[in-house]
Order: sequence, then structure tokens, then C-alpha cells
Amino acid sequence: MSNKLEAERPLSPHLQIYRPMLTMMMSIAHRISGASLAVGFALLTWWLVAISMGPEAYACVAGFFGSLIGRALLFAFTWALIHHMLGGIRHLIWDTGAGLDRTSIEVFAWATIIGSIILTILIWVVDYTIMGAS
Amino acid sequence: MATPLKRARGLGAAHAGTETFWRQRVTAIANIPLVIFLILSILCHIGASYAEVKAYLAQPIVAVLMLALIISSAIHIRIGLKEIIDDYVHSEGCKIVAIIATTFFAGIVGIASTLAILKIAIGS
Repeated sequence: MSNKLEAERPLSPHLQIYRPMLTMMMSIAHRISGASLAVGFALLTWWLVAISMGPEAYACVAGFFGSLIGRALLFAFTWALIHHMLGGIRHLIWDTGAGLDRTSIEVFAWATIIGSIILTILIWVVDYTIMGAS
Repeated sequence: MATPLKRARGLGAAHAGTETFWRQRVTAIANIPLVIFLILSILCHIGASYAEVKAYLAQPIVAVLMLALIISSAIHIRIGLKEIIDDYVHSEGCKIVAIIATTFFAGIVGIASTLAILKIAIGS
């Protein structure tokens, strides 16, 4: 119906036209981490359901999360959680109208990246130190 | 034209306003402490035995926090995924299928987790 109109109308430039910028990447990262956390949520469900089912089902889940892939997934899951949380706090600050100037958004972006990486590594190092590598 | 009453309600011609925006913010705020709780719960129970994990989750405070996390996250995930679909899936048919699938996903995962927690906390 509107094909002709769509073709003739001037179109606004799409993503690939713009030079990649940090803040834009952070916006995409927030969405990717969010969508990944939906998968993480399914893994959490699997863990909870297995515990409710009994020792055999739990042994299967515990075996998976104890494996190298499982541990890598857990590490990625905690990183996504922390990254999305810090990014979310950034959004909540912006919702008040504060921190929208050019310097602040750059600082927030770097704080989210560096903060999430440092916090994730830190909690895992602390965890392995306290709990041992079992 | 927006009458003062319309402006006060924040509703336009769609008769719907900023509920989704608010719901996403409220669940986001709730998720901050709940996610910290989840991370600590995960870290403290890596390699834990079945009895340990079950006893941990059966504690009333833990069960309540876990339920709160599940409900808040299910709502937050549903809104967030729909926002992504709204922006990137342009064909009307695919969009509807994707949004329904997202809704079912959040619903099923939320219900299954809730039932599991209740069973651990109350049952057997």
C-alpha cells in the first residue's frame, strides 16, 4: 500500500551511517546484556526447578555449573548482571534529569565498563579465595 | 488539543500513558538489592551439596527475596525484550509472534521458578 511513499520519502540515516561512539556502544551493550540476562534467568529457573525436584536433578545441574563451560557461563552471567545493573543505575540517574551533559555521559560510560569488569573479577577472586577452588 | 485533565492524567489519544515506563523503573530499583542478593547466593553455593542448597532456599527470608527477584525480573525482562523487538523487528507478523513468545517465556520461567521456590520452602 505505502511502498511507493516509503521509497520516495527521505529516510533518516541508520546505524551503519554513524561513526561508532562509546555512548552508542553502551546503549547496545545494555540491550545485549539485558537480553543475555533473559537466558540467565532461564538458567536460574533450571537450577531452582532441579533443587525442587530432588538430589538426582540437582546433581545434573551442579555438574553442569561445575564444568568449565558452566563456570564460564556463571562468570558471564555475573558480569552481565553487574554491567546491566550499573548501566541501569546510569539510566535512573538520567531519569532525574541529571548527568546528561557530554562529560557526564562519557564518565558514566567508562564507569560502567571499568566498574563492571573490576567488580566481577573482584567478587570471583574473593569467592575463590574464601571458598577454595572446589 | 490537550485539556488540563488530559495533561494531568498523562494520557493521550491512546488512553494509555507511562505505566510501562514506570513499571520498568520500579522493577529496576527493586532488582538492584535483589540482584546483589542473587550474586551472593550464587557465589556462596558453588559446589554446595543438595542438602545445603535446599536448606538455604527453604529459609523464609531467602524464599521471599528469591520470589521477589523472580517476579520483578520476569516483569522487567518482558518489558525489556519487547522494547528490543519493537525497535528491531519491523515485519508486523514477526513482531507479534516475537512479542507473544517473549511474554510466554517470561511467564513460564517466572511460574516455574515460583513453583520451585514454593515447593522448596513449603513442601516436602
